[in-house]
Amino acid sequence: MYWEPERECMERADLEQLQLERLQSTLYRVGTHVPFYRQKFEALKFNYDDVRSLDDIRRLPFTEKQDLRDNYPYGLFAVPLRDVVRVHSSSGTTGQATVVGYSRNDIQTWSNLVARILTGGGVTNNDVIQIAFGYGLFTGGFGMHYGAERIGASVIPISAGNTKRQIQIMQDFKTTALICTPSYALVIADTMMEMGVNPNGLSLRYGLFGGEPWSEAMRHEIHEKLGIIATDNYGLSEVMGPGVAGECQECNGLHINEDHFLLEVLDPMTLEPVAPGEVGELVITTLTKEAFPMIRYRTHDLTRFIPEPCPCGRTLTRMQRVVGRSDDMLIIKGVNVFPIQIEKVLFEVEGTEPHYQIIVERENHQDKVTVLVEVVESIFFDEMKKQRQMVDHIKARLASELGISIAVKLVEEKSIERSMGKSQRVIDKRQF
Amino acid sequence: MLRIKNLDAGYGKLRVLKNISLHVDPGEIVTIIGANGAGKTTLLHTIVGLVNSAAGEIQFQQKCCSGLTSQQVVASGCALVPEGRQVFASMSVEENLLLGGYVLQRNAGRAAVLRELEYQYDLFPVLRERREQLAGTLSGGEQQMLAMGRALMSKPKLVMMDEPSTGLAPLIVRDIFSIIKKLREEGNTVLLIEQNAKAALGIADRGYVMEVGKIILQGPAEGLLINRDVQRAYLGREKID
Repeated sequence: MYWEPERECMERADLEQLQLERLQSTLYRVGTHVPFYRQKFEALKFNYDDVRSLDDIRRLPFTEKQDLRDNYPYGLFAVPLRDVVRVHSSSGTTGQATVVGYSRNDIQTWSNLVARILTGGGVTNNDVIQIAFGYGLFTGGFGMHYGAERIGASVIPISAGNTKRQIQIMQDFKTTALICTPSYALVIADTMMEMGVNPNGLSLRYGLFGGEPWSEAMRHEIHEKLGIIATDNYGLSEVMGPGVAGECQECNGLHINEDHFLLEVLDPMTLEPVAPGEVGELVITTLTKEAFPMIRYRTHDLTRFIPEPCPCGRTLTRMQRVVGRSDDMLIIKGVNVFPIQIEKVLFEVEGTEPHYQIIVERENHQDKVTVLVEVVESIFFDEMKKQRQMVDHIKARLASELGISIAVKLVEEKSIERSMGKSQRVIDKRQF
Repeated sequence: MLRIKNLDAGYGKLRVLKNISLHVDPGEIVTIIGANGAGKTTLLHTIVGLVNSAAGEIQFQQKCCSGLTSQQVVASGCALVPEGRQVFASMSVEENLLLGGYVLQRNAGRAAVLRELEYQYDLFPVLRERREQLAGTLSGGEQQMLAMGRALMSKPKLVMMDEPSTGLAPLIVRDIFSIIKKLREEGNTVLLIEQNAKAALGIADRGYVMEVGKIILQGPAEGLLINRDVQRAYLGREKID
């Protein structure tokens, strides 16, 4: 089942022609409309009129997450704000946030690409889709929602949280497809067990999961516990949100929507392409975005292309599920967290030492983060009340900075192991 | 069907087309819109071999056709309806049509040409009424239909039309465009060049926007129609909200 067979099963030569045309007009767009790129091109003496092949992309500059922050909020938009019909923001509520915008056409494209992914995962207009991604500034909820409506499925925009209610609605509304993070799918499965709900009695048949890295073992577990076909999909708000790539029912790699995104897999150190099929960092250039085009955005996600053709008939190249990060970003409950954000908060709190450790675990399929902070000795001599006040204060500051709640533990000075050289700030005990 | 990659072309030292890439798939209506002097006509003339390309490639039906003469391009199935009709004024309507069937007659014989002639008369009934009349005495709209019929007589795989709406009354323009739509429904492939952006995008599947010899924008026609840049520059309106 395809959503747009004429695109998803395109001949390679036709696809490359389309990509070239779209790349050329994207470069014209950013070169004339986005000062950030115009200056970068000028500095490199790069003339966007001279791009004659897809390989010329390697002459282009990269875009980093920091560039988005430096141009907060609207600096990288390629259209005036009156042409923007939607604004989303990545996780983070203060200075670290990034803003992305969508024109009317962008929303159309987005819906269409999500529709492709849903169709690839088995969903049709006969399905009842429960979207348990957060709605709001996060791209997951709305992105999936519009794609599901495009297909003509019945959408239940339940949003995230309140697991018992999710299960109640799943039973009553006869949900056939579930959309959420893979870890939340397991939370739902476990809660069902506690509630004595038999998954076999449900109408659920498909699960489309994304927003965080997961493993084959987790796929297996979801399949065992919920009895559904679980597919992976990939996207990030900086280039669009969900809809960049998604698995078909072969469950063996994610088909990249190459007619809308040009993907490179590069060695994160040399920034040169890796050998075909090798793992490297994914770098994405948007080919059709109007409001917020991105040139060579460094995702820092590690993956590899799967060069072999897929038995499903789609000719769009596949990428393997994301296997890790080339930087220290953590994905906690679908929210992007950089250790530096936590560090910044700790430094602003009086009485803390510049030593801390972030411990990430998975408890009952849910991410749990604990920050160990060294505090000056005097605090430990003080009464408990003061200690508790300090913990609450740090927790509140972290929650407002990161948008998720994190446990805080105060520890004595010098109790965190010092290492020569690069200290290990993060201990990630999760298994992907 | 037609695939152009990085095409440069011009007259003498003047470079008019700069790095043009575009494609037309079978069964599509693709339009190229843009202001006067954007290079639209030069592009069509380069495709049919009236202007030589300086760089880049043109592929028609998977075969390279840069460097071919105009006769060869037409023989390979690519016909042009030129700007301003260019009908032979002192010849009758039927003679004009038969001239368009020249390639067909050579390949498939007289009977095929007569069959095709009947087909054009069905498509453009007004031409049948005026078959004996001199082409120069036709109205502008009728001349445009004649020019289209003449191009179609070669049974082309791709019909390219250069500003068919020029100088025609709005009502006639509507007729011409509905005929173009009909051509597509009958399996023809059309590359349409127009200044009348709204009408062209209204019937096209996809569009390219040209400005000073470059393609600055491309995409599905309905997307271009709601693109604010296109609205401001070519559709002559900006909603004040």
